[in-house]
Amino acid sequence: MPVTDVQQDLDNLTLTITADFAAPVERIWQIYADPRQLEKIWGPPTYPATVVDHDLTPGGRVTYFMTGPEGDKHAGYWQITAVDEPTSFSFDDGFADLDFNPMPGMPVSKNVFTFTEHNGGTRATYVSTYESAEALQQVLDMGVVEGATLSINQIDDLIGS
Amino acid sequence: MTEEDEDRADALFHALADRTRRDIMRRVLAGEHSVSTLAARYEMSFAAVQKHVAVLERAGLLTKRRSGREQLASGDVEAVRSVAGMLTELEQVWRGRIARVDELIASDTDEED
Repeated sequence: MPVTDVQQDLDNLTLTITADFAAPVERIWQIYADPRQLEKIWGPPTYPATVVDHDLTPGGRVTYFMTGPEGDKHAGYWQITAVDEPTSFSFDDGFADLDFNPMPGMPVSKNVFTFTEHNGGTRATYVSTYESAEALQQVLDMGVVEGATLSINQIDDLIGS
Repeated sequence: MTEEDEDRADALFHALADRTRRDIMRRVLAGEHSVSTLAARYEMSFAAVQKHVAVLERAGLLTKRRSGREQLASGDVEAVRSVAGMLTELEQVWRGRIARVDELIASDTDEED
């Protein structure tokens, strides 16, 4: 498995995941720079993603929707905040309506992706920060998670115990 | 969820949305603390700290018991673990994406072969 480290920071609601890939930094960058490749990796198999707008430059936007098993569509956007090709980019990831307008009151996560050369391959670091525990819950409530087994509602668990 | 469950969820997230309360939680999860010991740690009045403790108690994150004149607070590990549980769920999303990046670059090599 490419994942080499996972850090959960409960105080800052930050998830930091490190992964090593057997490909050069430029190749990994290409995946994010190419909408057709990005959509292959972004959505889980049950919610495949379709990237619509793709402007990976500071101030630019990437918009996408994921299609669920019932044909239900869930749209999102990346508001790009920084780009240092091919080693890093930062963006705010939020939920949108189907016209890609940000949905008010919905959580936005701050993300920083970094790619560095490591042992002939690439070490990728993904840092994702949520603004509150409530935001975290809302993201999970949207149900766009990996596989059906993960759609467990933590609150139900908590109050059920 | 019932209305009552929703109220409990509101209380939980409200409770954890404050830095001082998270700091109190860290201490009471490590072991039982008297409210006065906790109060001495912060630059705020005893009453203010007591209020924070009360918010955490209402959210079910900590429990209080009396010992003489002292009020002793301890954290409920199970309740806090659910925040870690949420981050773990999201971790699965990211792991899925990373696995797909890996598959994608592996298919490059296949094409070259």
